[in-house]
Amino acid sequence: MKVVLRNPRREVEVAGGRRVRDILRELNIVPETVLVIRGDTLLTADQVVGDDDVIELRPVMSGGSGGGAP
Amino acid sequence: MRCRRCGGAAVLELRRHNAAFCAPDFLAFFRNQVREAIRRHRMFTHDEPVLVAVSGGKDSLALWDVLIEEGYRTTGLYLDLGIFDYSVESRARCEAFAAARGAPLMVVRVADEVGAPVPVIKEVTRRPPCSGCGLSKRYLMNKVALEHGFPVVATGHNLDDEAATLLGSVLHWQIDALARQAPALPATHPKLVRRVKPLYRLSELETAAYAFLRRIDYIVEECPFARGATSLAHKELLSRLEEASPGAKHNFLFGFLERARPAFERVEAATLQECTRCGQVTTGPVCAFCRLADQVKRAVGAGRA
Repeated sequence: MKVVLRNPRREVEVAGGRRVRDILRELNIVPETVLVIRGDTLLTADQVVGDDDVIELRPVMSGGSGGGAP
Repeated sequence: MRCRRCGGAAVLELRRHNAAFCAPDFLAFFRNQVREAIRRHRMFTHDEPVLVAVSGGKDSLALWDVLIEEGYRTTGLYLDLGIFDYSVESRARCEAFAAARGAPLMVVRVADEVGAPVPVIKEVTRRPPCSGCGLSKRYLMNKVALEHGFPVVATGHNLDDEAATLLGSVLHWQIDALARQAPALPATHPKLVRRVKPLYRLSELETAAYAFLRRIDYIVEECPFARGATSLAHKELLSRLEEASPGAKHNFLFGFLERARPAFERVEAATLQECTRCGQVTTGPVCAFCRLADQVKRAVGAGRA
């Protein structure tokens, strides 16, 4: 199956037929730091992803000044 | 995984709440958290015009979306930082968002106000780029709000932003910053508008999920200058902590706000005055923004001479 990663955008192939949790562990990604997107929906860590699926792991962390610090 | 509310298939797990939600129930949870933030800190009413600072990213556009949905009188403010393609694309996202909802959007170019865009400010000051950028944003948000009669500016800062800022302040024991970190900063001077953060109860994962589920087209790419920013290092540390102990970030921030902040507030009572140059509020004779603009103009002028 194909995994799309962002910042920078790239794609990696991993074995499917596993839970999202196991794929994140293989890629050394902390679960709460990404949205797991398949098509137009989000997946939870216990869902199984098929061999033909494409998922995007979209980081949720943003940094910089924000302009909100005192 | 099943939705805590309806028992349907969940799309998002929130470990710190020991819960999972389907899309409609997550959106309802999100709106409730924003309502609670606004109510608890008396951020603004439905009668007041609210200036929403938008960057084109997930947080600020999620904030603007939820405030529009809740029936508030909002105007967006996009500060064009002049950071190459990143600014071009983020501005386009804000304009498309505003146009689709028929919401008013103001655009102010930092270069017009400071004398140069953020990449030049970075070179001139030799400080981390986020420093001059943050200073300019805070100054311009207040100035634009005052000039256009907005009593309050709302920003998209979320729980992770606030926890990372708190960690940074604690690591350096910046007592003045600790005294001023709050979900709502009151107008302590006639020339200061209220500043509020209605998303402070929601994590970055939650604001990203809201933006995605609401089909908001936000800019996923990071600001090129944010790479290596200290705030990101602090967020990564906190994420590892959260992974090991769900709720750690929440407890860190909310414990500070409820139990520790009042003590810092008591010891830090700065005297406010008006800048002798621009008239905006500061603690010294000339404000930090005017000093920055002077430095930029001197350097840019010297470069041209």
